[in-house]
Amino acid sequence: MTEIWRMIGQRLLLGMLTLFIISVVIFGATELLPGDLARELLGQSATEETLAALREQLGLNDPAPVRYWNWLTGVLQGDFGVSMATQKPISELVGTRLGNTLFLALYAAALSVPLSLLLGVLAALWRNSVFDRASNALALTAISFPEFFVAYILILWLAQTGLFPSMVRITGATTTGDLLYSAFLPALTLTLVVTAHMMRMTRAAIINLLASPYIEMARLKGMSPMRVVLHHAVPNALAPIINVVALNLAYLITGVVVVEVVFVYPGLGQLMIDAVTNRDIPVVQAIALIFASAYVLLNLLADVLSTVTNPRLMHRT
Amino acid sequence: MTNLTFPRGMTRRGLLKGGVALTAAGLILPAHMALAQTEPKKGGVFRVGIGHGSSTDGYDPGLWDQLFVQTFAAARHNYLIEIAADGNLVPEIAESWDSADGATWVFRIRQGVSFHSGKALTPEDVVASLNHHRGEASTSAVKPYFDPVTDIRVDGQNVVVTLNAPNADFPYLMSDYHLPVMPGTDGKIDPTSTDGCGGYVVESYEPGVQATLNRNPNYWKPDRAHFDQIVLLTILDPAARLNALMTSEVDTIDQVDPASISLLESRGVAKILSISGNAHYCFPMDARAAPFTDNNVRMALKYAFDRQELVDKILAGHGSVANDNPIGPANRYFFAGMEAKAYDPDKAKFHLKEAGMDKLEVTLSAANAAFSGAVDAAVLMSEKAAAAGITITVDRVPDDGYWDNVWMKKPFCASYWGGRPVEDQMFTTAYQSGASWNESFWSNEAFDKLLVAARSELDDAKRREMYQEMQRLVSFEGATIIPMYNNYVMALANTVATPEKVSNNWNLDGFRCVERWWFA
Amino acid sequence: MAVLVSLIVGLGLFFIIGFAARAGLRAAAPARHRPMFRDMPLTASFGLAVILVYVVVAILAPVIAPFGEGEVLGDQYLPWAAPHYLGTDKLGRDMLTRLIFGARNTVGIAFATTALAFVAGSVLGIWAALAGGWLDQGLSRLVDALMAIPALIFSLLLLTIFGTSVLTLILVIAAVDATRVYRLARSVAQGIVVMDYIEAARLRGEGNWHLIRREILPNAMAPLVAEFGLRFCFVFLSISALSFLGLGIKPPTADWGSMVRENATLITFGDITPLLPAGAIALLTVAVNFVVDWQLQRASGLKE
Repeated sequence: MTEIWRMIGQRLLLGMLTLFIISVVIFGATELLPGDLARELLGQSATEETLAALREQLGLNDPAPVRYWNWLTGVLQGDFGVSMATQKPISELVGTRLGNTLFLALYAAALSVPLSLLLGVLAALWRNSVFDRASNALALTAISFPEFFVAYILILWLAQTGLFPSMVRITGATTTGDLLYSAFLPALTLTLVVTAHMMRMTRAAIINLLASPYIEMARLKGMSPMRVVLHHAVPNALAPIINVVALNLAYLITGVVVVEVVFVYPGLGQLMIDAVTNRDIPVVQAIALIFASAYVLLNLLADVLSTVTNPRLMHRT
Repeated sequence: MTNLTFPRGMTRRGLLKGGVALTAAGLILPAHMALAQTEPKKGGVFRVGIGHGSSTDGYDPGLWDQLFVQTFAAARHNYLIEIAADGNLVPEIAESWDSADGATWVFRIRQGVSFHSGKALTPEDVVASLNHHRGEASTSAVKPYFDPVTDIRVDGQNVVVTLNAPNADFPYLMSDYHLPVMPGTDGKIDPTSTDGCGGYVVESYEPGVQATLNRNPNYWKPDRAHFDQIVLLTILDPAARLNALMTSEVDTIDQVDPASISLLESRGVAKILSISGNAHYCFPMDARAAPFTDNNVRMALKYAFDRQELVDKILAGHGSVANDNPIGPANRYFFAGMEAKAYDPDKAKFHLKEAGMDKLEVTLSAANAAFSGAVDAAVLMSEKAAAAGITITVDRVPDDGYWDNVWMKKPFCASYWGGRPVEDQMFTTAYQSGASWNESFWSNEAFDKLLVAARSELDDAKRREMYQEMQRLVSFEGATIIPMYNNYVMALANTVATPEKVSNNWNLDGFRCVERWWFA
Repeated sequence: MAVLVSLIVGLGLFFIIGFAARAGLRAAAPARHRPMFRDMPLTASFGLAVILVYVVVAILAPVIAPFGEGEVLGDQYLPWAAPHYLGTDKLGRDMLTRLIFGARNTVGIAFATTALAFVAGSVLGIWAALAGGWLDQGLSRLVDALMAIPALIFSLLLLTIFGTSVLTLILVIAAVDATRVYRLARSVAQGIVVMDYIEAARLRGEGNWHLIRREILPNAMAPLVAEFGLRFCFVFLSISALSFLGLGIKPPTADWGSMVRENATLITFGDITPLLPAGAIALLTVAVNFVVDWQLQRASGLKE
C-alpha cells in the first residue's frame, strides 16, 4: 500500500506542476488575444483618452511578466485578487457559481454513471441482441445532436407541457428539493450527452476481454454468462472504464457552458466565457485553476483506482 | 412644445426653455392615454428576460453599455430630464431648465425627492453626479459630452452648466442613460453604490444573472412604477428567451429572433411589440483606403444590393429601408423626401465605369457581434452584387474581440448604431471629421461646417434645412452603407399592458418599461 | 401518432436498406472477401450503405445538387415543394442543395480532423506508455494541462489568436481531440505493456516503433476504434458549438453543424427544419458506429 501513497504524493506534486503550466498557458493566451479589459469595458463607445485613463486605473500599463508575477505571488499567499471589471473579490464571485456547477455535475453524474454502466454491462452480456442494438442506436442518436439541440427538444417536450421549468432560477430561498426539480432538465440533457460515451466504452472494454483465454476457460468450466461477465470480465475492464468515467465527470464540471446558457444556469462556464470576452484575466485564471484542479484530482483518482484494480501497473509508475 | 415638428418662427427663448410648459404636456399625456387604455393597475412581479448582461458588468454609470444595465438603471435611478414616449423632453429631477444664450444652462432641481437611503436629494448631488463623467481622470463613455463644459456649479436650488459655445440640444444630452442622479459625498458619487431616487429599491443583484428590486414606497411620482417587484433576468440565448416567455417564466423579452416572430404570434401566448426607431445597421467603408477613396466606388456599392430584401430576410419585415442615412424617421429633422436608392446593377456599373473600373473585388468582414444577422446580410449583399460585376467576399470573423480587431480596423465591415435622439449627437459622434467613433474615417469640409453652424442656429427652419443638407451629404457622398432601420422587437405576455405610445428612443420603452408598464 | 408512424417507417426503411445492402455487397465483393459479408449483421450492412451514400453524395455534390451552394433563389422558408423539395432556408437558399454540399464539407473536415487527431494522439500515447519515465511524465503533464482547459474555451482562445480558416479549424479541433485520444491510448497501452509478450519482445531487442506498430497497436485497436467512431461524430458537434460562439466555417460554405445552429430557435415551435441537418449528422453517427461495432466484434474474434 505504501507504494500507492507514494504514487499519490508524487502525482499531487505533479498536479501542482500542471496547475502552474496551465496558469502560464492561460495567462499567455489571454495576453495574446487582441484587445484588453479597458477596451472591452468601454465597448464601442471607447475613445483613446478614456481608454488611457481606464488602463491607468486598472493597472494594465505594467508589462505582462510583472502582472503575472504579482498575480502568482498573490495566489501563493492564498489571495486570488479582485475581478478587474467589478473590483469584487474573486472568491466572492466564484464561490456560489462553483457550488452551482458542482451541484449540476453531481446531479448529472448520479443519473448518468449508474445508467451507462448498467446499460454497458447489459449490452456486453446480451451483445448483438435487439436490446444491445436499440440501446446503442438510441444512445448514439442522443449524442449526435448538439447539446443545445437536445436541450431545446427536452424543453419542447417537457417544459412547454408544463412538467418542468425551462430555466433555472437560484435565489436565497431555493431549497435543495426545488433545485433538484428545476435543474432536472439541464441534468437530463447532460446525462443524454455523456451516457453514450461511457456506455459504449464499458461495452467495448468488456467485449474486448471476452475473447481472452481465461474467459474462455471460465466459460468452458460452465459458468453462466452473467457470472463470467461480472466476475471475470468487469474487474479486468475497470481501468479503461474508470478512465472514461473520470473524463466525463471532468467534462460535466468544466464543459457545460452551452447547457448553462440554454437553461440560464449560473455556473462557472458562463462566468469564464464572460471573463475571457472581457479579458478579465484574474477571473479567467482563477476559474482555469479550479477547472484544472478538478481535472487533475479526478484523473489522479482514476489512476489510483486503475492501479489498485491492476496491480501490475504499480511497478511502472 | 418640443413636438416632433417645431412650429415655425419660434423664438430663441421658446426653443431653449423647457420645464413649465413641458410639465403641462406631461400631465395631459396620461389623461389622453386613459381614453384608449385601462387605468394602470398597481401590483404584481414583473419579470423581464433580457438578451444582455455579463458577470463582469460594472456598477460604474460611466461604463454602462447594454440593455440589462440600462434597464436596471432606469428602475432604480432618475435622471435630470426624461425623454417621453412621444420624443419630447419632460422634467424629471430637473423641474425646469432654461438658457438665455444656449451656452449657459440653468436646471432647477426638484425639492422633496429623497434617495432610497433616506438622504434628501440636493443640487450638490446633481453636480457630483455630472462631475463623475468630467475631467482628466474620468473613464466615462460620455466624457466627450462634457468636453465643451467649462463649469458646473450650484446656485441655490439651481445647477448651472456653462458651455464654451452655444448648443441648443444640450438638455437632450442630460437625458442620457449614463447620467443618473446619485448621492454625493464631498462632491463625489460612489460609483459602486446602487442607491438612487428611482421607483424601485435594489433587493439583490448578481451581475450576469439577475437583479431584483422592490417598489420604492417613497417614490415622488404618483403615476409611475406600478409593479410591486421587478425581476430582471439575463437570458442570452434567443431560444431560451422565447421558451422562458412561453412557459411563463418571464413576462417580457427583448430581441425576439426575427425567424420566430410570426410563429410566436400564431401561438397566441404573447403579443409582439415592434417599435420603429432610429436604430440602424450599417457597413462603414474606410474612406482613406483604396478603392473606397473614390466616391464612385462607394456609390456603386450602394446601388449593388437590395435593401428591401435585407429588411424582409434579416429583420423579417420588422424594420424599414434606410437610404444610407443615420438620421431615422423618429428624428425631428429626418429628410423623408431624399432620392431613394433601389437595387440597380446598371447604375452600379455606371458608377464603376466613372471610377475607371469594369469590375470590383472587395472583402466585407462581418460577425454577428456587430448585429444579429450581420453575416447573413453580408452574404445576401454579396449575392446581389455579382450582377453588377462586384465581387464581395464575405469574411466571417470571430464575435470575440470584434470591436477591437475588425471595427475601424478592416476597410469594410459591419456595425450598428442605437440611434440618437438628436441629429447633432449622431453626426458629432460618427460623421464629423476626426471624431473618435467616425467609423468610416469620412471627412467632408462642407458637412463639418454645417454641423457646427447648425448646433448654435436657433431658427428652426434654417436648422431643418441645414440638417437635411447634411443627411444628403452623408447619403450620397458618405462612406457608410446604411441599408435598414431595425425595429426594437419585444414580446410581451398577454397580461402586460403598456401605454398607447411606446417610446422609440432605445429599447424596452426607452428602458422605462419598468415604471411605465403595468399588469392589466 | 406521428412519432409512431415515423418509427414504423424508419424501421421499415432500416430493414429494406440493410437487406438490400447486404445482398448487394455479397454479390459485389471479390470472392475472398465474401465470407466477411456473409456474417455481417443487418445493422452493419445498413451502416455501410448509409456511409456509401454519404460518400457518393459528398464526391458528386456539384453534380447532383439542383442549385449552386450559396445561390439565393427566392423567399425564405418556402414550403417543401418543387423545385425546392426541402424548402428554402432563412436566406432563401435551397435546403436540399445546402444539405448536399454540407455532406461534402462537413464529412471531409470531420474525417481529416479525426484522422489527424488519432495519428498524433495514439502514437504519442502509446509511446509514452512504452517509454515511461520522464518522457511519459512530461507529455502527460502537458496533455493534462491542455485537457484541463475546457475544450470550447481552448478552441475559442486558439481560433481567436490564429484566425478561422478551414485549416486552422481542422488543426485546432484535432489538437483538442488528440489530447483525449492520447489519454485513452496511453491508459490502454499501459495495460498492454505489462504483458509478458511485450517483455519478450523487448528482450528480443525490438525497437519502440516496432513494438508500437506490431505488438501494442493491434491489441489496443478495439477501444481506439470505438473511440474513433465517436470522435468522428464529435467533430460535427464541435463545429456546431463553435458556431454558437461565431467561430464556425466561413459563409457561404454549407456545413451541417452551423446549419443546425442557424435554425435552432425554430425547434421551440416544433418546426422540423433544424432536424434535417441534425438528422443527417445523427444518421451518419449511428451508421459509422454500427460499422465500428461490427469490426470490433470481428476483431475480438467473438463469433456469436
